[in-house]
Amino acid sequence: MKRCFRELSVALALGLLLLFLAVAAPTFYQPQPLLSLLTREAPTLVVACGIALVIICRQIDISVGSQFSVCSVCAGLLASMNWPLALVLPASVAIGALMGATNGALVAGLRLPSIVVTLATMVTWREGLRWLRQGVWVDLPNGIQWFGLSQAAGQWALILIALLLLVVMVLVMKHLSAGRFVYAVGSDAEAARLAGIRPQLVTFTTFALMGALVGLAAMMNVAQSPQVDPNSGTGLELKVIAAVVVGGVAISGGRGNLWGVFVGLLLLACVSPALTHLHVEAYWEKAIQGAIILLAVVADGLRSRKEKR
Amino acid sequence: MTEQALVKIQQVSKSYGGVRALKGVSFDLRPGEVHALLGENGAGKSTLIKVITGAHQPNGGTIEIAGQPVRHLTPATARELGIACIYQQPALFPDLAVAENIALRLEPATAGRRVDWPARRARAAQLLQRIGAEISPDAEVRSLSMPEQQLVEIACALGAGARVVIMDEPTASLTQKEVQLLFGVVRDLQGSGVGVIYISHRLEEIFTVADRVTVLRDGESVATNPVDEMNEASLIKLMVGREVSTIYPATEGAPGEVVLSLKNVGCAIGGVHNVTLDVRAGEVVGLAGLVGAGRTELARVLFGITPADTGEILLNGQRLAVRSPQDAVAHGIAYVPEDRRRHGVILDMTVAANMTMAIHRRIFPGAWLRFDAERLLALGYIRDLDVKTYGPEAPTGSLSGGNQQKVALTRWLATKPKLFIFDEPTQGVDVGAKSEIHKIIRRLAKDGVAVLMISSDLPEILGMSDRIAVMRGGTITAILPGKSDAHDVMVAALRQTEIGGSR
Repeated sequence: MKRCFRELSVALALGLLLLFLAVAAPTFYQPQPLLSLLTREAPTLVVACGIALVIICRQIDISVGSQFSVCSVCAGLLASMNWPLALVLPASVAIGALMGATNGALVAGLRLPSIVVTLATMVTWREGLRWLRQGVWVDLPNGIQWFGLSQAAGQWALILIALLLLVVMVLVMKHLSAGRFVYAVGSDAEAARLAGIRPQLVTFTTFALMGALVGLAAMMNVAQSPQVDPNSGTGLELKVIAAVVVGGVAISGGRGNLWGVFVGLLLLACVSPALTHLHVEAYWEKAIQGAIILLAVVADGLRSRKEKR
Repeated sequence: MTEQALVKIQQVSKSYGGVRALKGVSFDLRPGEVHALLGENGAGKSTLIKVITGAHQPNGGTIEIAGQPVRHLTPATARELGIACIYQQPALFPDLAVAENIALRLEPATAGRRVDWPARRARAAQLLQRIGAEISPDAEVRSLSMPEQQLVEIACALGAGARVVIMDEPTASLTQKEVQLLFGVVRDLQGSGVGVIYISHRLEEIFTVADRVTVLRDGESVATNPVDEMNEASLIKLMVGREVSTIYPATEGAPGEVVLSLKNVGCAIGGVHNVTLDVRAGEVVGLAGLVGAGRTELARVLFGITPADTGEILLNGQRLAVRSPQDAVAHGIAYVPEDRRRHGVILDMTVAANMTMAIHRRIFPGAWLRFDAERLLALGYIRDLDVKTYGPEAPTGSLSGGNQQKVALTRWLATKPKLFIFDEPTQGVDVGAKSEIHKIIRRLAKDGVAVLMISSDLPEILGMSDRIAVMRGGTITAILPGKSDAHDVMVAALRQTEIGGSR
């Protein structure tokens, strides 16, 4: 109970927001826009799960946005070469995993700081893509958007995939040795090493998994429109890191769980539509999201100060 | 010798929590004197230094500096009163130039003040010249050798007008030649009326440089004598003169087969060389020696943290290549490191998670965590070792030091090791937990585990060990039977004429 206090307080904040909207702006609760909102956030949730692992492992990956764009464009190009969906999806995942593994090899193998490595790869992937593609959008053949299903079915499919992945990742983190090793390495890599865990391997795997999840998420995003936007990943890293921080994952590693990340993401995602329905100018969206992040960080800071005493 | 004492300390005591580090120390330092402080590890030398430099406040006794009683000594007032301390590891800013480092110590810390660079340089040059150091004021501290950095520290002390200079193991990392240089500086200081408190484990140095010597034992000053009236034997006797208490659990049964066999093991990075030692099943071998003798370094070699690059390690007669801690764990070697707070347990994780950390493969087939099994195992160990915690789910950080240590032990007990290496198992642990940990160690041995126990606590070494291996300068210099005389162990750890120069 005490251990999930942080997650529960975010959930409470989300609950209060939803309750407030029910009273002040009942128009928020229309099935179609709500379904669209969740669909839009489904790929973000997948990436957020990955980045949560990376941060629990006491690393950071700011190249996820660029990875996302690269995977999206590659998936689009493969699809337009008439590859079937059953091949495009694994290809996108593999390309993502490869980019993640590159980060992982540099961070774990050469023991470079992840902020610098992923800053470099972020710029490299993004600018490389721009140079190769000149910012051209990719037209998709039929059968990719909504996986060839009806829009409603496609939307539900995406939401279900994201939720299923969330549950799987929660189980992995809680019930597999591997998950616990990620926490151990993030808490104290040296102690983990002395306990016979291989911290470098754990770190590498976490980055590679992060990339694979980005590949999956990119595909989930591609499937939502008839064209692929080569800049679709721009700003994604900030969005997911924000969700992770609001969800109670300690930026210093070793603490937090994915349910918190899920709730944190929902809270941040609700801000924009809530403003629309409350007839507040949309300019306030980022400021309010920023304030939520600040509040979460300050609360964590106060709490850890109290713990130390 | 009727001059007023620079420092006069009477019946000073200091406790940390329940541990009494100083029970009653009296000590005085005269102008122009080199006064050596001698004592085993943990005798209270560091604590005494911390009291004199104002880092820690004593609980009782009086301190007089230059004839003035001082009540609340803080690091700042100690500096104003002319007390300076030169540590074994100089505390300088590596990226700044020598002159800047000196200036930071001596100039007032006012952010808006304009820096007078030529004056800074000139003063630094003058101070360095005064102690005969050939160091450029513009050199980056990073580029200086350890002794050069110590000289810079001494220059700082002089510049601050220090009347009392404390040197804590100043020669630990110096070569023979550098030691001579340092002694020259010490004599210069002495000549200008500065009092030097000189701490060293090396008896020969004390005979060379000191005028008087005070011996500390168990937090008390047992004697202060002119060095001329002492010899090595009488000093060692003063250091260890006490009976070993009989609370240690007794050895049961005879030792069995040789489990660990080291043949000329060495590791250049760790500074360990030519270590030859056998440890038998059911035997506790105590690894004695002074701080820096290479005991922890040897443990790190055996556990694969800094793998051996020469010699052979045999476990149950089989040659091992321990390249990493994973190898060590796989071969049945357990290691509880000295720095428990940092590396022994993971404070953020629960007691249960810490206990099972090294045995996932065995108790969680298919890597799927079984919380029931984990909880049961943890409960068993908690009851068995009497770990004080509200349950297996408690964060390990919420436990006391002794109980954290038990959790760290449990993790390795659970691996059912063949060889168990303890590094200072009872350091910072209260008396009750200490004797429980001793019982655990003895029980392990009884179950046929080979135990290697590093300890700086001489009574512990004497009370627990079936044999005692004494290290000095990175190698084993003597192997003594258990229940040896404390005096013999200290002699082996301290005396031993220099083997070839630098170390």
